[in-house]
Amino acid sequence: MMEMIEGSHAVAEAVRNCRPQVVSAYPITPQTHIVEALADMVANCKLDAEYITVENELSALSACVGASAAGSRAYSATTSQGLALMFEVCFNAAGMRLPIVMSIANRAMGAPLSIWNDQQDSMSLRDAGWLQFYAEDNQEATDLHYLAFRIAEDPKIQLPAFVCFDGFILSHTYEPVDMISQEDADKFLPKFAPAERLDAADPISFGMYATPDYYLEFRYEMDAALKKAKEVIGKAGSEFGSLFGRDYGEMVEGYRLEDAETAIVAVGSLCGTVKDAIDEMRAGGKKVGLLKIRVFRPFPSEDLAKALAHISRVAVLDKNISLGAKGAVALEVKDALYGSGITVRDFVLGLGGRDVRKRDILEIVNQTEKRQGDLFYGLRTELI
Amino acid sequence: MALAVGCRARPGRSRDNRTGSWRVFKPIFDQKKCSKCGTCRTICPEGCINEIEEGVFIPDYSYCKGCGLCAVECPKEAISMTQEEK
Repeated sequence: MMEMIEGSHAVAEAVRNCRPQVVSAYPITPQTHIVEALADMVANCKLDAEYITVENELSALSACVGASAAGSRAYSATTSQGLALMFEVCFNAAGMRLPIVMSIANRAMGAPLSIWNDQQDSMSLRDAGWLQFYAEDNQEATDLHYLAFRIAEDPKIQLPAFVCFDGFILSHTYEPVDMISQEDADKFLPKFAPAERLDAADPISFGMYATPDYYLEFRYEMDAALKKAKEVIGKAGSEFGSLFGRDYGEMVEGYRLEDAETAIVAVGSLCGTVKDAIDEMRAGGKKVGLLKIRVFRPFPSEDLAKALAHISRVAVLDKNISLGAKGAVALEVKDALYGSGITVRDFVLGLGGRDVRKRDILEIVNQTEKRQGDLFYGLRTELI
Repeated sequence: MALAVGCRARPGRSRDNRTGSWRVFKPIFDQKKCSKCGTCRTICPEGCINEIEEGVFIPDYSYCKGCGLCAVECPKEAISMTQEEK
């Protein structure tokens, strides 16, 4: 049923429909509205879950690790500094192969302190072993939670997942969202039934010591599971499509890409702005298209190379930067296109909440066509 | 030993995990010098020195990490540490 709803509240409703048994989180802007709504649902018996209030994010995710290991479906949400505080636990949750799902309302990293949007927080955790989904709008932000639990809990995968959506731009924006009913959600997401769990009657330890003789192989297994997830995403995403009409079987999505000469690669809410800019450029005769990356981990290298095979120039939009190198997305796109002869330019933009407007996209395409543009886009040169 | 998903383990793993592979120096026991006091067995942090027959103390090299405490504490200096050759 279509509802006019704030992004955070739509996400909270979706999470409730996923029937988490344990929710543990710590409020942090711009994620707060999600866990506030979930706390309200638990208090009013609209969600039958254990809501564990904790002193900080390290404890929040640690509580989820314990809950998940004990066999519960566990959920948390955070952003920015909160996610940074969870750094250690993120690696442990993945290494113990615990399918926790966590919403990330993407926000810049301090210092300098910024509560506004970019994607530095979750991108910085790209090596932690979590699946990473990025939403373009609130419909996707909502739907991807169902998908995340389903894929994370798949016996072949058993890895945790981030569902990322841009802080404020999506989390605090009211949009019409097709809300899935509990009854329908239950058809897509079965009960969590882990093969192993903490049980005093049958003791087991999670994440034990691995000596140098074994550690490398554990990392190999995690990498293999993430790569296997590509197939699982394809299947579950298509099934979601046949049930609800929105197909998430593809990890990348093209927009007016078929006959394009220049392609923009983007992640998250930027894609909406880019689509509008493309329509305008197309009307003016420019052959421009978009390739949206919905799944960043596992990285869809093959899909991306295939979708961009006919393109001459690619502009990657990065709302993050690996300081001293490039944007994280561009690094991966260049790797995927290595040897193809396609020119790839990286535009780091929109950091710390700076607006990216339609006219910025037009300018970026102009610069890309002229082989101009050097990493940082839109610098206020009078300040430096 | 096949890898367990998530490095999960049932009880008894400290037995399965043969820490002897960590050893750089190996304690060699000279039974002729030994006074059978049993200090080595008491002091061993790995608990891997066994009295295999009355008065005969021998480390289980599958688990001995070569820490050398037994050699330091032995009142008769009957234990010497020798470099492992691997």
